[in-house]
Formats: sequence, structure tokens, C-alpha cells
Amino acid sequence: MTMILGVPLAVLFGQLLLGLINGAFYALLSLGLAVIFGLLKIINFAHGALYMLGALTTVVMFDAFGINYWVALFLAPLLVGVVGVLIEYFLLRRIAHEDHIYSLLLTFGIALVIQGVLTNIYGVSGLRYSMPDVFQGGVNLGFMFMPYYRGWVILMALLVCFGTWFMIEKTKLGSYLRAGTEDSQLMQGFGINVPLLVSLTYGFGVMLAAFAGVLAAPIYSVTPVMGSHILIVVFAVVVIGGMGSIAGAVITGLLMGVIEGFTKVFWPEFSSAVIFLVMVVVLLIRPSGLFGKEA
Amino acid sequence: MAGSTNESAIKASIQAREKSAGRKKLALNLVLLALLLIAPAVMYPVFLMKILCFALFAVAFNLLLGFTGLLSFGHAAFLATGGYTTGYLLSTYSGVTTEMGILAGTGAATLLGLAFGLVTIRRQGIYFAMITLALAQLVFFFFVQAEFTGGEDGMHGVPRGYLFGLVDLENNTAMYYLVLAIFLFGYLLVQRTVNSPFGQVLKAIKQNEPRAVSLGYNVNWYKMVAFVMSAGLAGLAGSMKTVVFQLASLNDAHWHMSGEVILMTLLGGSGTLLGPVVGAAFVVNLEYYLSQGALGDWVDAILGGIFILTVIAFRSGIVGEVQKFIRKNLS
Repeated sequence: MTMILGVPLAVLFGQLLLGLINGAFYALLSLGLAVIFGLLKIINFAHGALYMLGALTTVVMFDAFGINYWVALFLAPLLVGVVGVLIEYFLLRRIAHEDHIYSLLLTFGIALVIQGVLTNIYGVSGLRYSMPDVFQGGVNLGFMFMPYYRGWVILMALLVCFGTWFMIEKTKLGSYLRAGTEDSQLMQGFGINVPLLVSLTYGFGVMLAAFAGVLAAPIYSVTPVMGSHILIVVFAVVVIGGMGSIAGAVITGLLMGVIEGFTKVFWPEFSSAVIFLVMVVVLLIRPSGLFGKEA
Repeated sequence: MAGSTNESAIKASIQAREKSAGRKKLALNLVLLALLLIAPAVMYPVFLMKILCFALFAVAFNLLLGFTGLLSFGHAAFLATGGYTTGYLLSTYSGVTTEMGILAGTGAATLLGLAFGLVTIRRQGIYFAMITLALAQLVFFFFVQAEFTGGEDGMHGVPRGYLFGLVDLENNTAMYYLVLAIFLFGYLLVQRTVNSPFGQVLKAIKQNEPRAVSLGYNVNWYKMVAFVMSAGLAGLAGSMKTVVFQLASLNDAHWHMSGEVILMTLLGGSGTLLGPVVGAAFVVNLEYYLSQGALGDWVDAILGGIFILTVIAFRSGIVGEVQKFIRKNLS
């Protein structure tokens, strides 16, 4: 068997693939955070809880109403997105003009409430969700085995990330968004409903989180606390990428997944901490993050 | 001259008012102190000690958030470092007396604060919060992996030992007065710092950092000193907590603990001296009484709800709101 640095090649690639999958989730989640922070200057600490809500909704919809994966892929993000809009409308709007720190504290509180309530209902042990039959099995790529579902996750994540980046940076709607957050009074003067735009943007960022949740439901164990750890990692990803940089969040997300995978091969215990180390090093060298603009 | 007599009259009246306000404050503090001194006669000392430990933790944290304007999201690291260091020394070396253990824990947390500070102090706002969080996660990882902490199981059976080799601290009353003394030391240290010229500069940094820079203050140095002090006092709180409960666990290092101390400080009133103490007492009581009753499983959700309410409705916290009320209606 081919070996690299004393590790069988298949093991190395296997871990890299797992890393890439994790990276796909990091990318989707940090994309949502970057959209929300970049456009609204809200630090969304509830992002992990909303990701969990997406996964949990998928499972519960299937158990209670037999709603299948394909419908859930659209319906769950939509429902959670509505929750997001409500959060923005009733809570975040009230502190829009305060220090950004308060948005972090407020969403932290929201996350505690969502997690706390759902833990009481569903407990902390994982709920099972089986993936659609189409995804059973996989394909042998020659150097490694690739389960279909993992390929699907990577594909979907890349598609959605690219679509979001395109929409915000290249379309007219995106330019309204960016302008609306840059100078909301002027945009109001042009007849654009900025508060609505803000609600929808937050809702959209939340939808991205819920979408990641749906993708995660068949492969990760679905529990009310599943968003709590990944949130901290994703925050680190966003900071490494440069807060508010959309492309930066996506690229860094994938990259950090791969780095984590590599670490798992050589020092398994350290893999849960390596991203934080990367973050410290990056910030010492480039305080605004890899892709950030301002210092 | 009419003008100058008028002026001096105003000055005198301001001075008189300040004097009477100062006297009222002193009276209030003395009443509180008396209450703390007789408290163990009416309440369970261990419970009171828990409140005092968290109160000191929050007071230390508030030196940063309330008086310097820095939000650290990694203060759990200092609490845990103090706790584990003290716990390790006291359970491993029989020659180490309790006060040496506590001093060593505080020292370790102070050094860690210095290391954190070197990395973070130039960063501002959100970045500062995020980097302190990342560093605290690294520390958490270290405590999970290191053997002496007992990993997930935690560190148990730490002996309380003898204070100065003389006073048996297994006695809860003796322990209580030691904790009270340490708490008062920390509280008065922060009070003295905040009211000193040094503290004035910190407040200036909080209000308008660019202006403080333009006035020629080496802002980063001031922030650094405040940060290290805050870390050391948080470590002192952790050390004390380990001695009181005779255990140290990963809970203290988890980022939820960093969130909890923010809640205590904000709820009680950040930027006031008494606020964090009130906030800590409130949260510890709440957690205790909720866990006793039918709502035991709802602690997190309820704390979250209080968090939301505090941020939305009364950002100046309990003590801050009371002060506002007094200023408006009673003076």
C-alpha cells in the first residue's frame, strides 16, 4: 500500500474527504454569518441554534408528517427563515443602533432559549434520520471510496455558496442590499424599503444555516446541542476569513475543514483545537483576516 | 464681587452634596459589610461562598467590560486556570498550605492573562471578543488533554487544608470568613483602581479611545494592565472556588462560563461597582432555586430569556437602573 509520512494513502484521503465534508458545512454556515455580519453588522450567535433547528425540523417533519428529504430541503430552510425574520423584526431591530456587541449578547440569549427549550422536548441523545435510498452506496474513485451522499453535500454546498456570492456581489438585488446597509437613509429616499430588506437579509442568512442543517441531518447525529460547538468553530472560520468577506468565508471554511482532516491523521486529539490555533496565528500576522480589507 | 460669591456658593453646595452622597455611599457599604459578616448565621455558608466566588469573578470581568469597554469572551480560561492550578498543588503536595495554593493559582492566571493580552490587546470590539474566545478554546483543549486535570471527570477531593498551617478550613465558618476577606480584597482593589487616575484613563478609553490616544495616553498599556489585573482576579476567584468546593471541572473552562459571567455583569449593571455582585448573587440564586423546583430543566432557557430581556429593556442592569431612579426622583 502506498504510504505518505507513514500513513496509508487511503487513510489520508479518507480523512481529507471527511475534512472536506466538514469544510462544506463550515463554508455554508460561515457564509450565512458573513452575509449577516457584512450587510447588517449583526454578530449572530444564534446561528448554531438555527442550524440545529433546520436539522431538527427535517427529522420532526419526517417523523410526524412523513415529509421526505427532498421537500425538507426547501421547506425546512423556509420555515426556519421565517423564524429568523421574526427574530429580526421583534428583537434585533430594537438594538439596531446600539453597539454591535449587544447584537452578540442578544443572539447568545436567543440561542440559549432555543437550545434550552428543545433540549427539554427532545433530550440530548441523537435523533435518527435515514438518508433517501438514492444515496445508498458510493463510487470507487481509484484512490478512495466516496459515498454518494458525501459527494452530494459537497456539490450542494458549493452551488449554494457560489449562488449566494453571485447574488450579493453581481446582481441588482445584491447592490441594493449593499447600498441599503451603507446608507439606509439615501436608499429610503430612493423608495426602497430598507427595513424589509434588512429583515429579509437576516432571514436569508438564517436560511443558509437551516439548509446546512438539512444536509447534516442524515450524516450527523441530530440533537438540540449540535449547533453549540460548531458555532464556535464557524466563528473562528469567519474571523480567519475576514469578517464580512463572503468569498473569504467560503474558501476559509473549506480550507479549515481540510486542515482539520489532516490534523486528525497525525494528532487526532488536537483536531478539535487546530482551527483556533490557526486563527491566533492568522490574526497575529494579518489582523483583518485572510480576505478582510480594513485593518 | 457678586459673581464670585455666587460661584463659591454653588461650589460649596456641590461640595456639600458630594459629601452627603459620599456619606450615604459609605453608610450603604457599611450596612452591606455588616450583612455579609452576619450572613452565615442565617444562610448556608457554602452557598454564600459560591455567591462570593462568582461575585469576585464578575467584579474582575467588569473591570474590563464596564470600566475599559473591552468585551472578553474568554474569561472562563482564567477562572479554570486558577482553579486547576490551586487544585493540583493542594492535592499533590502536602507541604503546600492553602494560601500558597491560592496565590499560585492567582499567579498562573495572571501569567495567562499576560499571554492573552500580548496577543489580543491591540484588537478592538468584535475582534477582541472573538480572539479571546479562540484562545480560551485552546486553553480548554489543554485542560481536556492534560492528565492532571482528570479530563472529563474533573479533579476531585482537593483538600481545603489549613490557613497558614493553623486554621482548619474544613470548618465552613472559618472558610467563609477567608472567602469573604479575599472577596473584599478583590472588590476594594477594583474600587481603588477605578477611582484612581489610572481608572479615569480607563474610563476615557471606554468612552472615546481615539481621543485618549490623541491626549497622549499609551492606550494599549492601560488596557494591558487592566486585562492582566482582571485575569488575575478571575483566577483568584477560581482558586477560591476550587478550595471551597474541593473540586475543579471542565465546566469552569467551557465557553458557556464566559457567557455566564457576561450575563451576571450585564444583569447586575456593568460599569457600576456593586452591579456584578448583585448580578452574580441573582444568577446563582436563580440557578439554585430553579434546580430545586419543577423548572430545573429550564435553567438555560430561562437564563437566555433574562439575557434577551436585559439587552433589550434594561442595558444598565439592576444597579444601573436603581441609580437612575434615585438620581431622578430622590436627589
